[in-house]
Amino acid sequence: MRKPPRRKSLLAQSLCGSLLALTLTLFMQFAHAIDTEAVFPDNPELRQRYDYLIHQLRCLQCRSETIADSNATLAADFRRQVRESLAAGKSNEEILKFMTDRYGDYVLYNPPFKPLTWLLWSAPVLLILIGGTCAGIVVVRRSHLPDNDSPDLNPDELDQGAS
Amino acid sequence: MLRYLIPIGLFAALVGFFFVSLHRDKETLPSALIGKTAPAFHLSSVQDPTKQVGTSDFAGHPYVLNIWGSWCIGCREEHAVLLQIAKRNEVPLFGLNWKDERDAAQQWLQQLGNPYTESAFDPEGRAGIDWGAYGAPETFLVDANGTILHKHVAPMTMEIWEREFLPRLRQAGAQRQ
Amino acid sequence: MIVELGHFALILALCLTLAQAFFGLAGAHYRRPHWIAVANRAVAGQFVFTLFSFACLAYAFNQNDFSVLYVAQNSNSALPAFYRFAAVWGAHEGSLLLWLLVLSMWTVAVAAFSNNMPQVMTSRVLGVLGLISVGFALFILMTSSPFERLWPAAVDGRDLNPVLQDPALAIHPPMLYTGYVGFSVPFAFAIAAMLEGKLDSSWARWVRPWTNVAWLFLTVGIALGSWWAYYELGWGGWWFWDSVENASFMPWLMGTALIHSLAVTEKRGLFKSWTLLLSIGAFSLSLLGTFLVRSGVIESVHAFASDPGRGLFILVFLSIAIGGALSLYAWRAPHFKSDAGFALISRESFILMNNVLLLAATGLILIGTLYPVFLDALHLGKISVGPPYFNVAFLIPMLPLVVMLAIGMHAAWKRASFGRLKHQIIAALGIAIVVGVLITTAIYGSHSVLTTLGISAALWVLFSALIEPVQRLRNGHSLPASIIGMSVAHFGLGLFIIGVTTVESYKHETDLSLRPGQSTQLAGYDFKMNSLRNVTGPNYDALEAEVVISRDGKQVTVLHPQKRNYRVQKSAMTEAGIDAGWDRDLFVAMGEPLGDGAWSLRLQYKPLVRFIWLGAIVMALGGLIGACDRRYRQRATATASDAASATVKPA
Repeated sequence: MRKPPRRKSLLAQSLCGSLLALTLTLFMQFAHAIDTEAVFPDNPELRQRYDYLIHQLRCLQCRSETIADSNATLAADFRRQVRESLAAGKSNEEILKFMTDRYGDYVLYNPPFKPLTWLLWSAPVLLILIGGTCAGIVVVRRSHLPDNDSPDLNPDELDQGAS
Repeated sequence: MLRYLIPIGLFAALVGFFFVSLHRDKETLPSALIGKTAPAFHLSSVQDPTKQVGTSDFAGHPYVLNIWGSWCIGCREEHAVLLQIAKRNEVPLFGLNWKDERDAAQQWLQQLGNPYTESAFDPEGRAGIDWGAYGAPETFLVDANGTILHKHVAPMTMEIWEREFLPRLRQAGAQRQ
Repeated sequence: MIVELGHFALILALCLTLAQAFFGLAGAHYRRPHWIAVANRAVAGQFVFTLFSFACLAYAFNQNDFSVLYVAQNSNSALPAFYRFAAVWGAHEGSLLLWLLVLSMWTVAVAAFSNNMPQVMTSRVLGVLGLISVGFALFILMTSSPFERLWPAAVDGRDLNPVLQDPALAIHPPMLYTGYVGFSVPFAFAIAAMLEGKLDSSWARWVRPWTNVAWLFLTVGIALGSWWAYYELGWGGWWFWDSVENASFMPWLMGTALIHSLAVTEKRGLFKSWTLLLSIGAFSLSLLGTFLVRSGVIESVHAFASDPGRGLFILVFLSIAIGGALSLYAWRAPHFKSDAGFALISRESFILMNNVLLLAATGLILIGTLYPVFLDALHLGKISVGPPYFNVAFLIPMLPLVVMLAIGMHAAWKRASFGRLKHQIIAALGIAIVVGVLITTAIYGSHSVLTTLGISAALWVLFSALIEPVQRLRNGHSLPASIIGMSVAHFGLGLFIIGVTTVESYKHETDLSLRPGQSTQLAGYDFKMNSLRNVTGPNYDALEAEVVISRDGKQVTVLHPQKRNYRVQKSAMTEAGIDAGWDRDLFVAMGEPLGDGAWSLRLQYKPLVRFIWLGAIVMALGGLIGACDRRYRQRATATASDAASATVKPA
């Protein structure tokens, strides 16, 4: 598993007191948190846009998570960026473009719909169409054949059961 | 009849891709800023909190920006190489101290040596985001016009310096003339 | 010393599997009973030595022998004994040895339960399984030996990854591998049939129970993985469309298609080339999954340490195994045609559509997983494909499949007229819609069309699955295990879909900060954090919160989520507190401390989430019941086809 960077300050290196104090000290030094309700408490519309945007951006340290789910330090920085941009009045598109300008399309969790990804997005429907057409041809052809049993079928296979 | 060859045909194509893909570097993200203007910043110096340093200090000549932190193991690995490069005096090294603490950073430079002409202090990582940084160390080559020519992710080695940075540096210098 | 014995045993096992492969295939080809007998002996021998090899590694873990590199990397003296054993398969090298052991167990099972098959067929199957074993044994011995020594020996080990220190580690990989590896049996049967030049209903009858059993283990394995991720990772997610998860899901989808295709081949002697292709495909996807996870081609949180050298070996092995199978297919499949027909609306055509949709689903998952690799190999940039793509794309083939299933499961062979069943199917639909709308509006208070559609469709499948067994019981008809199994499995699918639709549509989650003594509300429940205290575990130290949950003033439960720090690897992990219930889960996970004694907590309300895993278990149960049908255990009667095969020259 990829781990977020840890600061190896001298304070952390020395075992001072109980392990609990050590733990809290380590965390308090950078105090990164999964966001609290302090994010736009008075503005539900901005909060909603914030929740949407943080699920659209990928954490570049823990790469299979969004910045919403990751507790890596970089994810916290990105969330701060989104918060500040929203507070400054930027639109969703502008905020996402800010990130892709700096990090490329990879930072978007949702692959963009560009010529490069047309194949990806059309894959489900294409596959069904191709498969369905082949199946259709098979079915039409077979429906014209007599439905006698296959010569190599064992006699005891011809039971009335379905399965 | 030929349709029975489709499965093996598709499979062969798949294997081909995997073969090529085995040796591709999965970790590195290609930089979105190559060929674009280096994002400007103005921050306090690591060594001297009262002094301001920024990209404008290097306007008109090429420089190398190295993103580092005292917490970063890879930075420790590449430090000796950076000192060597600094000694060669081909191009100034500009450090961006990323998401670090001032005293830890100062101690690091004191203990291990300082290859940087200057190091800017970016504790919150804002300048880092502007430069598309997602980890340390990262090293950028910027030309005299302020255009980012190249980015290297992971510790610097002499080999990479000579193979990827020097040729571009010389080319940029030649074009200026 | 023990470890060297284990290594040596593995080499012996390799030699025996070589013998098994050679004598099994050649003995069948040249019709030499003595050679076939040698192959059977070799099967027993390679199992004994593989098991011994595995036992030696387990012993090294148990004894904390840190002079063994693999043990030093994955264990620690403070690790509880139970996890020391499970750590054997905690990383790449050991998990491969487990793979090999599971394969040898399947091989023994095939050898033991083949009394109703002609010896020549069994011999070929064992031969092919032997070839696969050879490949894996070579892979382990040449690139990934868990028996490497570390000199000087480590004082203590690096500890098992904390995420793996969980009871689920003991069962999830073994179950998963039993499924994955189990698909090698239908694969071997397919190769055997192609080599023999004969594929008939008897062949299908022999393969079906093996396929069912492999499939059910894979179902359980995947469900366990999902459940484990849910409670262990702390974020309440149960499926992430991560590459490794996809690598296990694709064989499952193809295996499901295979099970259905086998039914057609057995009953009507049709879809032979499809069945062959699906048998090859399911195992190919298993092998592909193994490749993807260990070669560094795909990035994933689950991936083992990536190594292009190992990746190359697996790729070569994959090419030989699958390339060989598909070449054989291209050569032999054209001979396996039949002239039987079926109507436009018939069980056969429904199964065909079912398989088209299942394969479309498999295809889109494969494309989605590999698209980043594909673009990157062509130097076209780097994108990422994750849940936003898969969640939408996967529904496209699945929704029609569910709707067609409710009707299709009652279609008769050759020509479906449905007869009286028509009324019952429509009645089931009516009830399903009514109940579905009731659930969405009355219980959960929301009117999303998609949700109502999903729940109603799932309910329809549920009720529809009950029609046939009930009908048969009422009319005094026979109710063979295969019918029960089918109904149970489809019923399980309905449960699963209800669980997924409900939890994803109606879940509530929130992140907030709480101080001891503070409380908050979510989905009608009150969450109050009482206190925080320190707790010490065997190899970790934790901060534990006490959270009391009540509803309408009455206490519902007290949860104890923990934030753990594992001493050796110095990593932090959150252990969620979960109150499980059939109708909902309540979920509390600790985030980070915020200063002043406050902590960020993630609270979740997950309605009907348990139905997801319940549905999966019921599906697996259906597979088990189906495999027990009496007709699979009949002794082979000397049929005309058997007599014919004795004279016809095989491939």
